[in-house]
Amino acid sequence: MVDKYKEIFDEFSGEAGDLIPILQKIQNKCGYISDDAIRSISPFLRISDNQIYGVASFYSQFRFTEPGRNSIKVCMGTACHMKGGHILGEAVERELKVKPGQTTEDKRFDFQRVACLGCCALAPVVQINNDIRSRMTVIRLKQLLDKYE
Amino acid sequence: MNKFKEISRTARKKWDQLQSSAIPIIYLGTASCGRAAGAKDVHEAIKRYLKDNKLQARIIEVGCIGPCYLEPLMDIRLPHSPRISYANVTPEKARRIIESLLINGNPQVQMALGHFGENGDKLIEGIPRFYDLPMLKSQVRIVLRNCGLIDPEDIDHYIANAGYAGFLQALEKGPEGVIAEVKDAGLRGRGGAGFPTHKKWETCRNAPGNIKYMICNADEGDPGAFMNRSLIEGDPHCVLEGLLIAAYAIGASHGYIYIRAEYPLAIVRLKKAISQMRAYGLIGKNILNSGFDFDITIKEGAGAFVCGEETALIASIEGKRGMPKSRPPFPAISGLHGKPTIINNVETLGTLPNILRNGAAWYRQYGTPGNYGTKTFSLVGKIRRSGLIEVPLGTPLRQIIFDIGGGSNKQFKAVQTGGPSGGCLSEEFLDTPVDYESLGAAGSIMGSGGLIVMDEDTCVVDVARYFLDFTQKESCGKCSPCRVGSGHLVEILDRITKGRGLPEDLIKLQTLGETIKRGSLCGLGQTAPNPVLTTLRYFRSEYLNHIKEKNCPAAVCKELIEYRVIPEKCTGCRGCVAVCPTGAITGPRSEPHNLDPTKCIKCRACYEVCRFDAIAGDAIIIRSRRRIHDDHTA
Repeated sequence: MVDKYKEIFDEFSGEAGDLIPILQKIQNKCGYISDDAIRSISPFLRISDNQIYGVASFYSQFRFTEPGRNSIKVCMGTACHMKGGHILGEAVERELKVKPGQTTEDKRFDFQRVACLGCCALAPVVQINNDIRSRMTVIRLKQLLDKYE
Repeated sequence: MNKFKEISRTARKKWDQLQSSAIPIIYLGTASCGRAAGAKDVHEAIKRYLKDNKLQARIIEVGCIGPCYLEPLMDIRLPHSPRISYANVTPEKARRIIESLLINGNPQVQMALGHFGENGDKLIEGIPRFYDLPMLKSQVRIVLRNCGLIDPEDIDHYIANAGYAGFLQALEKGPEGVIAEVKDAGLRGRGGAGFPTHKKWETCRNAPGNIKYMICNADEGDPGAFMNRSLIEGDPHCVLEGLLIAAYAIGASHGYIYIRAEYPLAIVRLKKAISQMRAYGLIGKNILNSGFDFDITIKEGAGAFVCGEETALIASIEGKRGMPKSRPPFPAISGLHGKPTIINNVETLGTLPNILRNGAAWYRQYGTPGNYGTKTFSLVGKIRRSGLIEVPLGTPLRQIIFDIGGGSNKQFKAVQTGGPSGGCLSEEFLDTPVDYESLGAAGSIMGSGGLIVMDEDTCVVDVARYFLDFTQKESCGKCSPCRVGSGHLVEILDRITKGRGLPEDLIKLQTLGETIKRGSLCGLGQTAPNPVLTTLRYFRSEYLNHIKEKNCPAAVCKELIEYRVIPEKCTGCRGCVAVCPTGAITGPRSEPHNLDPTKCIKCRACYEVCRFDAIAGDAIIIRSRRRIHDDHTA
């Protein structure tokens, strides 16, 4: 069980400041922070499971459920909001029958609302996996979703 | 020092060779905004086209030059010709331009945006100078001077353009000399509060202890702001040079860059830039034989707006929940791991090399007394020319919004400065000079530089609710006025936008907002109510409209609007029928359709189809219920 994360732990000296980078590396590798992961970090950094969960849950980057095969991030930044970002979010909820922070039953998509992707001049934007799509509309978003398996 | 002279000479030579290149050079803006607009597809198409047609040209990926609304931007420089810029390039358009220019030597004047020619270059008739375009004309580019012009992943490009010359100056002046120069320049922190940079530095330099830390705050959390991202993506070395200068001034031997994980490209570029610095001996032990040791660690933020606050940021680097601490002691005395620590914003650091290189007197020619220098802004929202700009402090809002940004397509309503912590200013404030004090006096703040423009189609109550919803979710939870109070503000605002507001709500918003400001420890809580308080002050009638008449004049608040088909305009194309998810729109082809408001969920699909894909174009309208009612009774 510990071996799974050993490679990651080897890069760190085990100081308190390593917690967030370790969580980030684990999420990069496994897609989310499992109970298992938290239990493995605890002896390495000599802090309790509770403390680790307390830090991890404070930051919006960390997720505690398995992600989908594709990930949708709808930008909720100010510029996007004014140009209908929230309407795009509702469209995703309706089309995929999923709420923010959840993964669809078939694991095809996970859906998050994010604070700002920094492409405000091209609002509203949606990020699917690593691609940011600009000047999105409800209809183009629907067509786009069909392209992902 | 001699080694660096040799490095500069080689870099200069490399740059000169590029400028007199015998083969054409294609510059492509591939910063995050360019990529979002499709620059990567254009890149692939250009590469394929050059290969298929056996054309010789060099492609250089550059950062963002500012007019994001024109992305993707592609510039081409033919031998002995000025660089010409083309806007909104698609793969097909790129192929056409390259074919015309590289094969036939025809610059396609009608497609060109502007040229970068200096006096003496052979100019092309019909193409304006890029810097004479309305969006760029009144800008002063100091921090952004290299963005979009150099290859951000090549340290030689930076060095050839006077890069690290400011740091050399700093080494000559000595730490006290650097602090004096920055004091003389009157530089104030660009993160938002505008605290004099040298004061913080002096405190830290004089604080006892051998270990000190220098932190670059790149946790650009304001939704609607992207200046720092663009600067790091377009010119990472200028921020790193600034970090070196600041660290040298305060006597720090270790630095951190705390950057949002949402900016992957900026992180990649910083990492590359740091390894290039290492190869040139600009980082590490005994830098350029000066006896100054410095190294940098990149810390990726994990998504918490409050971590832009200094003490919360420090807690986050230490691996804790990002919760602010009460001050004093200030971080300059006791910060990271209890050691004296300075945190400066990306833009503050990006300004330093310019001040050191050109001197304080030069810097003070820009801006106004007490507010010297320039400031970058991200100009977004309901504005024609959106993007990244840099202007001298003291420039009136009107000039920024109308001359540079080209105004709104519809009637201008308001501008929000300073992001969620800022205020919403109405038309009568358009002549306010943009400086720390004037914006403060108007009830807003400078903030980090997001400027969000709103037009008549924006509902200020909805915007206030949006901002409060954001700060309430981002509140760390330490102080109850902020944690609980902002929640109540959201509840009241939410009720008003749903048409269930009560007249006494306005007083509640006011007193609660003021209480939160007084009772919170950090900048987040102290400023969170600003959007409500300013909109209450300047747009009270709009609140009253929502409360008394259940009317949203901008036709935004979902519960107060309706979608309608205008029978006289509808051509019966069935476009909207096809996309309606609830079957609310019905009707045979070629006859005006019928929209059943009881089935309509206001998802906007029909409205988009009608506007963009249908012949009629505007047969479906979104109106406030009140207005529809009034039209019927009139």
